[in-house]
Amino acid sequence: MTDINAKTPMDKLTEGGTIYTSGNAREFKTGDWRSTKPIYLKDKCKQCGLCFPVCPDNAIPVNKEQKREDFDYDYCKGCGVCAKVCPFNAITME
Amino acid sequence: MSIRERLSGNEAAAIAMKQINPDVVAAFPITPSTEIPQYFSTFVSNGAVDTEFVAVESEHSAMSACIGAEAAGGRAMTATSANGLSLMWEMIYIASSLRLPIVMSLVNRAVSGPLNIHNDHSDAMGVRDAGWVMLFSENNQEAYDNLLMAHRIAENSNVRLPLMVCQDGFITSHSIENIELEEDEFVKKFVGTYKPEHYLLNDKEPIAVGPLDLQAYLFEHKAQQAEAMKNAKKVILEVAEEFEKATGRKYSFFEEYRMEDAEYVIVCMNSTAGTAKYTADLLRNKGVKAGVLKIRVFRPFPAEEIAKSLTKAKAVAVLDKADGLNAVGGPLFTDVTSAMYVNDVKVPTVNYIYGIGGRDTKADDIEKVYNDLAEIAKSGKVENPYRYLGLRRDK
Amino acid sequence: MAYNLKEVVANKPARFTAGHRMCAGCGAPVVGRMVLRALKEDDHAVICNATGCMEVSTFIYPYTAWTDSFIHTAFENAGATLSGVEAAYRAMKRQNKLSGKDTKFIAFGGDGGTYDIGLQSLSGAMERGHDMVYVCYDNGAYMNTGIQRSSATPRFADTTTSPAGKVIPGKMQSRKDLAQVMAAHHLPYVAQTIAVNNFKDLYEKSEKAIYTEGPCFLNVLAPCPRGWGYATEDLMQINKLAVETCYWPLYEVINGKYIVNYKPAKKLPIEEFLKPQKRFKHMFKPGNEWMIEEFQKEVDNRWEELLKLEEATK
Repeated sequence: MTDINAKTPMDKLTEGGTIYTSGNAREFKTGDWRSTKPIYLKDKCKQCGLCFPVCPDNAIPVNKEQKREDFDYDYCKGCGVCAKVCPFNAITME
Repeated sequence: MSIRERLSGNEAAAIAMKQINPDVVAAFPITPSTEIPQYFSTFVSNGAVDTEFVAVESEHSAMSACIGAEAAGGRAMTATSANGLSLMWEMIYIASSLRLPIVMSLVNRAVSGPLNIHNDHSDAMGVRDAGWVMLFSENNQEAYDNLLMAHRIAENSNVRLPLMVCQDGFITSHSIENIELEEDEFVKKFVGTYKPEHYLLNDKEPIAVGPLDLQAYLFEHKAQQAEAMKNAKKVILEVAEEFEKATGRKYSFFEEYRMEDAEYVIVCMNSTAGTAKYTADLLRNKGVKAGVLKIRVFRPFPAEEIAKSLTKAKAVAVLDKADGLNAVGGPLFTDVTSAMYVNDVKVPTVNYIYGIGGRDTKADDIEKVYNDLAEIAKSGKVENPYRYLGLRRDK
Repeated sequence: MAYNLKEVVANKPARFTAGHRMCAGCGAPVVGRMVLRALKEDDHAVICNATGCMEVSTFIYPYTAWTDSFIHTAFENAGATLSGVEAAYRAMKRQNKLSGKDTKFIAFGGDGGTYDIGLQSLSGAMERGHDMVYVCYDNGAYMNTGIQRSSATPRFADTTTSPAGKVIPGKMQSRKDLAQVMAAHHLPYVAQTIAVNNFKDLYEKSEKAIYTEGPCFLNVLAPCPRGWGYATEDLMQINKLAVETCYWPLYEVINGKYIVNYKPAKKLPIEEFLKPQKRFKHMFKPGNEWMIEEFQKEVDNRWEELLKLEEATK
């Protein structure tokens, strides 16, 4: 975990603002930006693969069996791009 | 063993760079520093160094490439002058804020406009608050020695700041003088290898450099830089001591020339110090107690030490080779007088703007300043502390 | 090996993570993430980003959304900054100062940082032959500062510095053709691409650019829902229309040889691309038909020119 926050004294901040823990933005959840929510309808999904690369927030996990899983609501900002590309109506926006 | 040679200031800087053997040199031609990358690219072409020479398309890119190279984990160096430094300006601040110990050879020249290719210090003064360590050099020897000490200061873990070594364009850069060079092996050992803690090319620890640093953090990061600049003072002295032991050449924050009992003191930087010392000698022969305080370390500014050195003077003249254009005086003057005020040193002090755009400053001019100081000491008053030396005007 | 999207996404972890703060539905992270997926898993990369939306949203202290090494210094100098990193890599490798993985160098810049303020730095880096890929994610205006026109902004677009007013109907100048400018640098690989369908075009061009030795350039259209004024969820539809109308032709220039990768059987009229975007709304007012005609003429001319280049370099 990143142990730097707005209360950290200057002596404990990294020099020059360099960050040594690459990819730590994952600790910053963007899910609360969402005003509409995509719902994954597993039964309708044909695993065609059109939805997951279009997600700007990498919020559609794909497992090792090359199948998508349910949304990662920690990051989904609710843009709806995935729902729009789905040819099978397997994603609805609420 | 030192080697006696005859070199110009630019050649001396290029040879220092060759002996340092940095990983990357990125530079762009500009008078009067052009010769440095010219000589250096010859070393590259002939396989005398391991350096990648990046012949960039502008000085902005020169500094950007140095930043990239240094962040990557390499040693990066460059050379420039005047407008070249102006074009780098944005990146000068970024280099120091990213805490990258880049070393630059700055061959001082007047910043346009109007266009002028000759020496003054307006280029260096434009970046005096950019967070770089700034060393000034009276002659080719000092330009060389300062470069040999540069990385040891800049890369010190308590400092980690970029550093520029200044010398006067043409006056020093193009004059051939005697010089003592050190052996390649000595330089290699003295400078040492660069071992950054965190760097882009370390695939075991990928890092991210140059964030968006908002209200919660920028203040603290800037204060870290300020702290590093304070730390540099100690490191500069330590490195100078080690250098003196090895070479016999002594360096400090400044050189005190005939200051032990000096009543009239001229404070100046770079090549003018040579003329000032010569004039002080002439006056001493006539019984005038003239002294020179030649500042080597301009950033960090050794305020307390300068004030202390001036305590016993009866009158002080600060020579600025850059005008402040601020209705007050030149930058060195305001720094020196503020150092004196804060340290409770009350000596009448006057400022002379001189040598702008390469205007020649001779012993006669310096003598005039000493004469003025005698007047000031006598009256105890400074009428108009913001003066010009060698300027044509009707009144 | 044939491209398989599912395999790529399942087997290669995202090197551009979630938790970044770009707008919902932004086209740029979609592009950035897929470009980086073209890296071999074992390779290390140093990413350099020009100041812009992508940079200020992915590396806000103390969080970075990049799993590779990353450097941002300023707006106009991603080319030069990455030149320095790449030069250090060569020098240090030569002196055996580095061990470990092969490292690839990838720069990202928006159209402002690439077509305009960063053009000199980019041109210099490409001319000097650094082994790097420069990826321009072109959203057609200075979006980070609030939708000001750039030289990538299409003609007639309504931006905050080329507003469609009573006398001047939007941006009066045509878009600079940056991919052609870069092709004129005689680079080993230049391509224009976009995220469409299963991302094959984008992925394969990224892979070629990354693994072709020398300086390579990718120009990728990356729509901005806010700046273009279309419904956020329509990202992929807009991309498709850009290609089907030949507004954004997909092509590559390999050592001077032009290859047009997609030729629509029936080129859609440009209105299809313009209509869903508010920035072109004024073009559809009665009396402004000439603007659509002019726009169409320009798209046609550029497309014809491209086909001729392909023919000429066969």
